[in-house]
Amino acid sequence: MTAATDFDVRRHDSAGLRLQHTLHGNPVLGPLAVLILAIIAFSIVNTRFFAAANLSLVLVQVTVIATLALGQTLIILTAGIDLSAGAIAVFSSILMAQFCVKAGLPAVLALLLGLACGTAMGAINGMLVTRLKLPPFIVTLGTLTIFFSLNSVVSNSETVRGSDMPRLMTWTGDAISIGSFQLTYGSILMLVLFGFFYYALGRTAWGRHVYATGDDAEAARLAGIRTNRVFFSVYTVAGLLYAVGGWILIGRLASASPNVGTEYNLDSITAVVLGGTSLFGGRGGVIGTLIGALIVGVFRNGLQLAGVEVVWQGFAIGLLVLVAVSLDQWIRKVKA
Amino acid sequence: MTASEASGTPVLEAKGLVKRYGRVVAIDGSDLELMPGEILAVIGDNGAGKSSLIKALSGALIPDSGEMRLDGAPVQFRNPMEARAAGIETVYQTLAVAPGLDIADNLFLGREQRRPGPLGSIFRMLDRKHMREEAARHMSELGVATLQNIGQAVESLSGGQRQAVAVARAAAFGSKVVILDEPTAALGVKEGNRVLQLIRDVRDRGLPVILISHNMPHVFEVADRIHIQRLGRRIAVITPSSHSMSDAVAIMTGAAPPP
Repeated sequence: MTAATDFDVRRHDSAGLRLQHTLHGNPVLGPLAVLILAIIAFSIVNTRFFAAANLSLVLVQVTVIATLALGQTLIILTAGIDLSAGAIAVFSSILMAQFCVKAGLPAVLALLLGLACGTAMGAINGMLVTRLKLPPFIVTLGTLTIFFSLNSVVSNSETVRGSDMPRLMTWTGDAISIGSFQLTYGSILMLVLFGFFYYALGRTAWGRHVYATGDDAEAARLAGIRTNRVFFSVYTVAGLLYAVGGWILIGRLASASPNVGTEYNLDSITAVVLGGTSLFGGRGGVIGTLIGALIVGVFRNGLQLAGVEVVWQGFAIGLLVLVAVSLDQWIRKVKA
Repeated sequence: MTASEASGTPVLEAKGLVKRYGRVVAIDGSDLELMPGEILAVIGDNGAGKSSLIKALSGALIPDSGEMRLDGAPVQFRNPMEARAAGIETVYQTLAVAPGLDIADNLFLGREQRRPGPLGSIFRMLDRKHMREEAARHMSELGVATLQNIGQAVESLSGGQRQAVAVARAAAFGSKVVILDEPTAALGVKEGNRVLQLIRDVRDRGLPVILISHNMPHVFEVADRIHIQRLGRRIAVITPSSHSMSDAVAIMTGAAPPP
């Protein structure tokens, strides 16, 4: 044994510091507590809240946002941000609808082409971030505007009705019944994707690299990680996820409309932040994001049932976001 | 360091390295020799070109001219990965650790090992158990055994412990040379001394070390030879027994002529 053996770990005793350490080690705990408390509170306020039919409504309402927020999580983990998430999702849904209705392509081909287009849009973001070294905020602010504008051009600002599309396009809106709980295929797809990325982030080298790059990109580069590849991969994969979100959106609305989704861009960020993923990168995960999306859904639905006006629902969500970000700042200051 | 060893083939050798940034000359025809089994300290005033020289050796910058030899064979590195592949591991001042990841993840960062069989090849699943065991082995080999939990996040460690993780990573994967850039700069006296002991341990395992430091007592404590860099060139190589600390500082600053 050499002198180097006694590098020791210091212990903290105050309750506040212990809480800070616990939350630091398990960033999902905070959001999970908020979600459970909210469910209990809203169930007490209105007994209809906890009914299976209402809970399945909440899940359906958050499915699209949760899917977009999953892609957004990957990007925010690398300390980036994607303002174009909703624009890519809506544009992809329009392209899928146009491919089968206007171009008359088979449904499977139209779907795959739509997913490919979403992926390509994500790749454009990734290219601009890695090649031109532009800040992700500015890149996606630009592409957000571009994608929405192209969206209006391609769609001619017209909505394509679900009844005019092949069954496959609106399949994500179909549901299987478990008692009075309605589970849509879109929700199942969303949950499967969350499971997949939970695995990919935690158990593969790519996942470790996403965290390391988000933590400190220069350190990750010096450690031998090709950080540009990591950045490019998260934007591209996110594009694919947004396109899947677009497909789920068609099922949810039973139509493909170019005029929806302007709020999806920021809502996806809200879900990520509420889920405890840090905007500064390297901290958080997809389970938190799922919880974050559910928190938004539960609050909107619960406040509705409690008779709170729609305008105040936004107020409540906004407050939650501020609390979540303040909490993240505090947790980040954890001392070694 | 015996005379016969010192006169053998250098493990790493640089001749006439030049690096310019526009009109600024960072390295002005600098040489360097690292002998087997030694700790070579590189000292120099700010702007003497220490960092640029070390970056050239570790592949982080590409010299405009000059040549490098590793075990006598000419080498050229276009990026840090190529230098690592050749067996040169560098611990940067900024440490290059990911604070949010645990010790094992950091040790294997960029060199993750996957599970054997389809779990690894198809599902790309990491072999966490094996990486943790290996990480624990490497850490204890360097006598850093009391880091109780190899699954502990690096940000929960003290400065000296983080340095230990970075040095352990370099020692575990460096097959030819370990380069340490200011490893004791941010540490207190106690932790600084422990890191010096780590550096000796690395050398005693047979890996030659290049140590860049501003801390003269540390340099004189562990170095076998001291390379003095001044105005972009190597102007002298001394040993702790041949010269005093004040001699070294005088040569380094130009107050005394090189020997």
